[in-house]
Amino acid sequence: MNLVFEILVAVLIIIGGVFTLIGSWGMVKLPELMSRLHAPTKATTLGVGGALLASMLYFAAFKSHLSLHELLISMFLFLTAPITAHFLAKAHIHRHVDPVRELPRPDGHGWGTFEAPHDAAAEMKAVMDDGPDPAAAEKAHNDDAGRSPR
Amino acid sequence: MSDRATASAADKRGWLPHPLLSASLVLVWLLLQNSLDLGNLLLGLVLGLGIPLWTSGLWPKRLRVKSWVAVLRYSVMVIGDIVLANIDVARLILFRRASELRTRWVSVPLELSSPEAITVLAGTVTMTPGTVSCDLSADGRYLLVHCLDAPDTEQIVREIKTRYEARLKEIFE
Repeated sequence: MNLVFEILVAVLIIIGGVFTLIGSWGMVKLPELMSRLHAPTKATTLGVGGALLASMLYFAAFKSHLSLHELLISMFLFLTAPITAHFLAKAHIHRHVDPVRELPRPDGHGWGTFEAPHDAAAEMKAVMDDGPDPAAAEKAHNDDAGRSPR
Repeated sequence: MSDRATASAADKRGWLPHPLLSASLVLVWLLLQNSLDLGNLLLGLVLGLGIPLWTSGLWPKRLRVKSWVAVLRYSVMVIGDIVLANIDVARLILFRRASELRTRWVSVPLELSSPEAITVLAGTVTMTPGTVSCDLSADGRYLLVHCLDAPDTEQIVREIKTRYEARLKEIFE
């Protein structure tokens, strides 16, 4: 029985290591920042995930105590990876991308990196409350105004 | 100013403005401590009640989740997709010449309007096959997505909308 768990833990560690290696190789190989961003946000999640699963299994099977820190680590990872990627992408767009020639143009207003939210009076609300339907947006706006302490 | 805002928001909604946030704070605290001691439980409760009160000025609306079954189904689906995405991207990195990748920007029209739902959608898009969400249009109605390898942009938009957005709509709106 022990052997089975040892093999499982070993396999998980190897899977984790392989994916981390591929993610890092992607950083070297891919030609420009935006495509490089794909490597660490994806390949690495499974890399870290494999190592964390291995750790949980190891402690549960051999030290006979359940360790749940690993769940927390993976949860934080899932929360932070997209946000980091988003900020890197925004910074890159801001400095190196021409919005007119290189980006698809959305209907109505431009991309948030180049344009202030269109309702300048309520900067946050423009992004947060504005629905596709103007009546709904108006209603949300009123609801919020009624509730907001300002 | 923020103190006053916090106080009046607290007046309006009592001492438990965000029960969900409180519950998850207690849970995260207990997981961080890796124990169920009475002391840790009490400290966790203090944090779980205190932090939402202290920050309630930043959370004007209470998040409503329509169906927890849908949340669970969505999570399982996304975790499965993340594993597939890893294998997919790994294959592209290993076996495709960089010059042959068809990287592309795609603009995805959104039907979701609540900020929480859009945030979850953007996060999901980043974690799943070959796409990273990069920006939101100034009016919050389009999501800018970068694709690592997109022969067919229409199909990517369709997939994001049917696979993720439709389900998030069920959960949040």
